[in-house]
This record gives sequence, C-alpha cells and structure tokens, in this order.
Amino acid sequence: MPILETIGLEKRFGGIVATHDVSLAVEKGARHALIGPNGAGKTTIINLLTGVLKPTAGSIMLDGRDITALVPHERVRLGMARTFQINQLFADLTPRESIGLAVSERLGTGGDWWRLLGRKSAVTGEIAEIIERFRIADVMHERTAILPYGKQRLLEIALAFACRPHVLLLDEPAAGVPEAERHELLATIAALPDEVTVLLIEHDMDLVFSFADRISVLVNGGLLLDGAPEEVAHDPRVKAVYLGEELDA
Amino acid sequence: MASVAEDVAAYLARRARWSPLEIAFWICAFATIWLFPGKHLILTEAAILALFALSLDLILGYAGIISLGQAAFFGLAGYCSGLLAKYGLVNEPVIALILSGFVAAALGFVTSFLVLRGSDLTRLMVTLGVALLLGELANRFSNITGGADGLQGVTIAPVLGLFRFDLYGHTGYIYCLVVLFISFIVARRIVYSPFGLSLRSLKGNTLRAAAIGIPVKRRLVAIYTVSAGFAGLAGALLTQTTAFCSLDVFSLDRSADLLLVLIIGGTGYLYGGLIGAVIYKFLQDWIASLTPQYWQFWIGFVLVVIVLVGRERVEEWGRALRASLARLGARVFARPVAIGGAASDGR
Repeated sequence: MPILETIGLEKRFGGIVATHDVSLAVEKGARHALIGPNGAGKTTIINLLTGVLKPTAGSIMLDGRDITALVPHERVRLGMARTFQINQLFADLTPRESIGLAVSERLGTGGDWWRLLGRKSAVTGEIAEIIERFRIADVMHERTAILPYGKQRLLEIALAFACRPHVLLLDEPAAGVPEAERHELLATIAALPDEVTVLLIEHDMDLVFSFADRISVLVNGGLLLDGAPEEVAHDPRVKAVYLGEELDA
Repeated sequence: MASVAEDVAAYLARRARWSPLEIAFWICAFATIWLFPGKHLILTEAAILALFALSLDLILGYAGIISLGQAAFFGLAGYCSGLLAKYGLVNEPVIALILSGFVAAALGFVTSFLVLRGSDLTRLMVTLGVALLLGELANRFSNITGGADGLQGVTIAPVLGLFRFDLYGHTGYIYCLVVLFISFIVARRIVYSPFGLSLRSLKGNTLRAAAIGIPVKRRLVAIYTVSAGFAGLAGALLTQTTAFCSLDVFSLDRSADLLLVLIIGGTGYLYGGLIGAVIYKFLQDWIASLTPQYWQFWIGFVLVVIVLVGRERVEEWGRALRASLARLGARVFARPVAIGGAASDGR
C-alpha cells in the first residue's frame, strides 16, 4: 500500500485548471521525484497535499487514511511535513528556538503555557540531534534573518524534519543555493533516514537523477508518466515536452 | 567544544531566568512606595496604564495582532467592578477585580473570532468597532451605567477587608503595584513557555507555523482572550482606585495611548509597556505643567523624535549598556556566567 496517494486530484482557479486528474502513488520509503516544466503545477500539488489549498475534486490518502478535509496542522500531526520553495522561516527566532518550537509542537506540549520550554532532556536531546544532522550548530544562536542563504535552506529542511514526518515533501530544496554551499545541502538530503519517505519537487535534473528511485512527470497540470529514472530518461514523450535538450546535452 | 546537546540544554535552562536588570527594575518599582509618597496618585495612573499596555504588548509584541480596541475590555471590566461595588454584589475588591477580569476575558474570547481573519488594517477597524459599539451601549443603557454622568455612588470596600483606600492614594498605589507585579509574573511565564514561543512564530510567519503543526487559530484565540483579561484587570483597577467610572473608559484615546506607550517603550519584551507607561505619564504631567494648553503638541513632538531616532538605535544603546553591566557584574562576582550570550539570544 502506498504511504501517500492521490486519487483523481483536481484543482481549478476559476477557468484555469491547475491540476487535472492527478493520481499519484508514493511508496513507503521511496525517494520519489516530481518533475515538470515551469507552470506544470508542481507547487499547486504540494499545496494540495499539505492542505494549504483545497482540491476542487479528488481525494488524498496518507497511510490509508483520507486526509482531504484536514487543515494543514492536522496533516503535520499525522506525519506529513513540507519545506518551501521560497524560505518560510521565523526571522526573529534563532534556529535553536525554531527547532525547539517544532519539536515541542510535535510532542504535543506546544500549547503548554505554564511550563518552561525545554525542561525535559528528551526535548533538548532531540533539538541538538537535529541541529547536528543539518549542520547548523555553528549558527544556532544567531537570528535566522541574518544567516547565510545556504544555512537558511538547511534550516528550512531541519524545521520540516523536526516534525518527525513519515512523508517529507521537499519543494525545490536546492533552489538558489550558491555552488559553494550546495554540496553541504545535497549531502544532508542524501543522508535523510531511509524510513522517511521523500517526495522531491525539483528543477535540477542532476539532483533528481542522483537522488530519486522513482520519477513522476507533470505536464500542464496532469501526470504524463510515472516510472523508474531509466524509463523516464528514455521516454520519447518526456524528451519531447521537457527533458529533451537537457538530457541530450 | 561542549556538545551541542549540553549547549542547548544550558541555553534553554537559562533562557527564562530573571536577569539582574529585571530584579533591579522591580526593586526600584517597589521602592517608590517609600521613596515618593507624594507621587502615589500619578504613579497609580502609571501602574494602571502599564498593566493596560502589557495587555496590548501580549498580542501586538508577541502574536503580531494590532488592535485599537483594548479599551473595550478595559471599559467593560471598569463598569463591571463599579457595578459590583455599587450594588454590593461583591464587596471585596480583589474578588471583584478577578471577576471583572474574567468578564473582560469572556468578551475577548467572543470577539477574538473577529480578528482571526484579515490584515492589520481590518483588525484595526474591527477592534476599534467593538470598542465604539460597547461605548455606545454604555451610553444607551444609562439607567445601568449612569450614561454621560458616569457611574455615581461607588464605594470600594477595604482590600482583603483590611486596607482602606485613602485620600492620598497610598493603598491604591500599593494595590495596583501588587496586581501589576503578579500579572507581570503570569505574563512572563506565558511568554517563556512553549506557547509563548509559538506566538512569536505566528507573528513571524503563520504559513510556516501551520506547516510545523501549530494550530494557528487556536493560539490566537487563546492569547487574545488572555490579553483581554489583562486589559480588564487594568480597567477594574481604575474604577476601584477612583471609585468612579465614566464613558471615557471606552474612548478611542485610551486605546491609542497604548500604542504610543508601546512606541515609547518598545514591544515584545514585556518591559516596554511598563517603561513606556511611566515615561508617558510623567512626560504628560511635566509638559502639562509647563504648557497646560499645548501639552499634546510636545507629546507628538517627542513621538516624532523617537520614530526618527529609531527604536533599533535605542535598543542598541540598551544592549551596549546591558553588556557593560554584565561585564561589570562578572568582574564583581568573578563568576564565569555567559550573560552576554543569554542577552543576545533570549531577549
């Protein structure tokens, strides 16, 4: 059974069909990539999956449970977290505080208003582990707003990871990261634990083909093809609409 | 290098600790009881304004909700405590105060759903509208509220049955100061809790807050309710210390004054409302004694100067002062405590 599945997902904005009859299945533990040319509707799908947008039709199943009607924070609690294509961070908080926030929220203590933060060693231990995993220990006490862009990108993923997701949606994680900081970012993505299922939305073909074990191609809001990287790379339709030049080159 | 885990644990442990500067602040505040007995009346006003400003800081400085309607809660609780005393329903002031606070919080809870949606501008208008509405209601039901004449014939019983309110305002001031202090401790505890931290994330980015599992609406409703309760305590204190309540408690001026106080004192660190209230009251008093007719001009002038100089620059001076005090403290006590790190991080 796929851990994340959409059935006939559709989204219209007035007369425009942004997502058309998308039935996508992501297997447990997969490294699944969703690719497609600009304007294919990739980010719309992420927004539908996470509940930022409501679908016009169709349904979304997470771990066999229909989550179509749930609001974003409820989906997070059920184990699906996302990153954003454009950083969505807490500018005034430090990485340490931001991650502490996400961890205590996941442990269900985020609403406690009389207990002081981080009085449990389990919490502090987990915060530290995430900080180390994402290599932001050196900047953990700085205000997020003044961090280098590459570190902000890492924090972007760290925050999602702190929700302990079963399914992690990465929306163009490497977008805009300068070459010098890129390697660190890709290494942390590659080192994500196997039990976490990853759905990667990406433009960067090098990253997609080095990382993904399954690729879905989205064109004009609809799924064109779904298969192993080899298959996708050699499919003539994919070449025609999208990959042609880049793969031949 | 110490392990990251130890570092995080140490940071979280000292994050909420009272700094020497804070302790000094409160010692000074309580010292005014003995040092300036002749100033107790104006200090009472300052303490009430401080508590009122604290209520706005909780929603504005932490959750990022801007409001021009805090007077709604202030006024409702003001009338509530006045009526409780006038008709002898609840004679003991502390119990009446707490009851009035809860009534204001209840109104806050109900109206919080109006501020969940919309931008800052909508929120300004909606909150302002609620305050105007209540003001008009109080005017309309003059048989209960006394209308434009105000609520007459209120007598306030001794606090806890022991301390009689006196003409010079000594009891009133000590009472207000104690209520302010207790409220401050509660507010401080709230903002250093995980709940308080999540509020700051809402101020920063609600989209991301929801994406890490924070129930945004529920948190906003909660803090708006708490804030309304604090505003209510301030309103009830005003009625109890003056034994009078008039329609002016709902006025726009009151809500607007709060924003001025927070502009002077700064938001998001709790002391802004307190410091701002003291400066505002004494500035007003001082300027009014110099030029009784034009004091508002000079208040306006001071505000323009503050905005031009910029909060951040003032905060920088504050940080520099704190850092040098910390160095001094470290030398005096010769203890290896990393106070500087705590100050730059925790706020």
